[in-house]
Amino acid sequence: MNAAPAATRGTTPPPVRATAPARTAPRPSLLGLDPATVATARALAARAAQPVIDLATAHTTVSVERATLRLAGLTGADTTHRAGDVPWVNRVVDTVAEHCGLQHGVSLPVFHALREHDLATLTDLAEATAAGQIRYTLPTGAARRRAERAARTAVARGIRTIDRNRAQRDRLVARLGDPPQRPWIYLIVATGDIDEDVVQAQNAARAGADVIAVIRSTGQSLLDYVPEGATHHGFAGTYATQENFRIMRAALDEVSREVGRYVRLTNYASGLCMPEIAVLAGLQRLDMMLNDSMYGILFRDINPVRTFVDQRFSRQVHARAGIIINTGEDNYLTTDDAVSAAHTVTVSQLLNECFAHEAGLADWQLGLGHAFEINPDLPDSFRLELAHALLARELFPHAPLKWMPPTKHMTGDVFRGYLLNGFFNLAGALTGQGILLVGMMTEAVVTPFLSDRDLALANVRYVLGAAGNLAEDFRPAPDGFIATRARHVLDQAVRLLERIVDDGLLTAIATGTFGLMKRPPDGGKGADGVIAKAEDYLNPAASLLEEHAAREEPRP
Amino acid sequence: MTAAPPTRSPHPSAATEPTASTEPARYVRPYGDTTGDGMVQVSFTLPVPAGPKADGAASQLAKKMGLDPALVVHSHPIGADFTFFVVYGKVGHLVDLDQVRVVEREYPLLTPAEVNATVKRLLRRKLVVVGGCIGTDAHTVGIDAILNIKGFAGEKGLEYYRELRVVNLGAQVSVPDLVRRARAEHADAVLVSQVVTQRDAHILNTQQMSAAFREALGERRPLLVAGGPRFDPMMADELGVDRVFGRGTTPGEVASFLVHALATRRGPTPAART
Repeated sequence: MNAAPAATRGTTPPPVRATAPARTAPRPSLLGLDPATVATARALAARAAQPVIDLATAHTTVSVERATLRLAGLTGADTTHRAGDVPWVNRVVDTVAEHCGLQHGVSLPVFHALREHDLATLTDLAEATAAGQIRYTLPTGAARRRAERAARTAVARGIRTIDRNRAQRDRLVARLGDPPQRPWIYLIVATGDIDEDVVQAQNAARAGADVIAVIRSTGQSLLDYVPEGATHHGFAGTYATQENFRIMRAALDEVSREVGRYVRLTNYASGLCMPEIAVLAGLQRLDMMLNDSMYGILFRDINPVRTFVDQRFSRQVHARAGIIINTGEDNYLTTDDAVSAAHTVTVSQLLNECFAHEAGLADWQLGLGHAFEINPDLPDSFRLELAHALLARELFPHAPLKWMPPTKHMTGDVFRGYLLNGFFNLAGALTGQGILLVGMMTEAVVTPFLSDRDLALANVRYVLGAAGNLAEDFRPAPDGFIATRARHVLDQAVRLLERIVDDGLLTAIATGTFGLMKRPPDGGKGADGVIAKAEDYLNPAASLLEEHAAREEPRP
Repeated sequence: MTAAPPTRSPHPSAATEPTASTEPARYVRPYGDTTGDGMVQVSFTLPVPAGPKADGAASQLAKKMGLDPALVVHSHPIGADFTFFVVYGKVGHLVDLDQVRVVEREYPLLTPAEVNATVKRLLRRKLVVVGGCIGTDAHTVGIDAILNIKGFAGEKGLEYYRELRVVNLGAQVSVPDLVRRARAEHADAVLVSQVVTQRDAHILNTQQMSAAFREALGERRPLLVAGGPRFDPMMADELGVDRVFGRGTTPGEVASFLVHALATRRGPTPAART
């Protein structure tokens, strides 16, 4: 980083490759990790994940079906409904479920009805549905083939929009350039009002932020629909809507040209509408999405099967859209102990990697999460942090790792918090993290003041500037504290993975393995939105995305 | 979790002056590096472009805040339109310790570990909490902030507490359902959240709820707790509940209250006095 980012950045030649891994040349293991142990850990993770992948493949959800209709071009909401604005996709999917069930997918009945009633658009069909004029049925024979063809054409159009957005991002990155340094600097804005967010986000970008995350309104994850339009009243955050996405992306495009680097936009593909929000992100060229395989289950008490099904579809969309996902392992450390539960982070990262690869995501798209949450009063707490951070770095050498700041031990003593954030930044620089979420000294006190954010960025700039490429000189003693600790955590992770393979991942989740939360597979919110697929289930989005995943070569 | 402070006693001693064993004086001033110097440090941002005029503006504000002399020791621009300042200065005000009135919480704030330990000792089983939004209210923000493990304001929700069993019924729970479920789960405490206040819906709903519990369970009713941003904590009697929590309440406060109230119900035990 430089003190005057806008000025110097304009002259920085754009990097050769838009999405280069954090490290240009792979370096030898600093921790002396045994390649056989690493391979065992990955193999165990794959075995633990497989039954869940099978489960996810055998089911669909109301949100996957709604996402499919969004890809097919259905937008807008029923403004006359007594419950307020109900998105058309919800009206249609609920009605199809009522008339002929969702086990065959929503596409066949919908496109059959479109033709039968000779309606021009899906919106016309949705309006007719709301008026009670449509009776959905499952077509057979030639009618089925016609409906299938029409659905595929419509969905392919949506996917082409996503492809065009990806190409547009690549062009903008090539023209404007990536951030000149790693880690990328990730800042959060959250006012509740999208117009106010725009002002804050543009200012943050001018002050050096490379990635802007717009935090969602509290409770959006538990809404079983995506709100519509530009919104101005959120609780501690701004609703994720297609229009809000569009407004913010346009604002960041504007400021990207001004600061001479492509400023990325992040939102949250999580909660009950994960697949739909992933689609909206692809349609509006968002660049990163929070998308964890287990966060909703553990921390929002969303049904595990619902989450795994939704997660798989949303990751297929992210893979296609060239979106970098951010996983949420940092959360385990805020509920469990950051030292004794360090290996649960490693296990979750390995599982997230496995689920992500299966859904077609490449390594450069895996912002696997971890955090600086060890009690600072522990002796050697910083060395422990370095051990854990370096372990993640070496286990996932090509993933851009998301490094999360301290929250649990931020007490309101802003001066101490500022120092702690400095050490967090140093650990990030020293261990080659890819994405650094800027810590606020006012964590747990107030929403950050303008000056808090400015001071936080000054902290990052100083540490990254002063440390420079210190990672190059950082060679932990081969059998010293850091290397030994990292190997120990990996061994613990392997043992836990063995247990998960034996018991099953769903059982492990049910018994409180992650973040101390116990979530049984049949419990949680949104369970009634999970449907076992019938033999003749059809979803053109899923097939188009899967064909893509099979074709796509992982980037070097 | 806000790690360090939660165990703090609810009655902080008045020993703000580092006068060791001697009784603190009744009148005190801030302590910079000498007794009675009145020195303080503040920082703030003004929507003024950086420059001499901005520094002058900061100095004026500091003087109006009672800092005299005020020393603007640092200023720097935040973007084109704002300037950040650090100001040191002397305040003339005296603090009269006899005039200090603090809000008395009738129970100590406990850490999750202390809550768990107390529940274990007191009940020898888990404490069951049933919660939800009653009436037509669909705003689960409040109840989720208290119950979900994710929590609020850096504190984990009640689900995080090993010795609490939380049943979160979510939004739009009818009162009969709430009573039925509370009875089936053998609830020790029922938490209801009310955000919507149109036509005093929050008050009427809560009164209806407490009346239903009294009718169904009489003296054996669970502890009733109401929460919401527009409730006045003084309204407990009027609402027929044991406690009302207003805006900004954290899960730790609720958990601490629950164990305190249960201990009190069961008569004084050593646990209740910690």
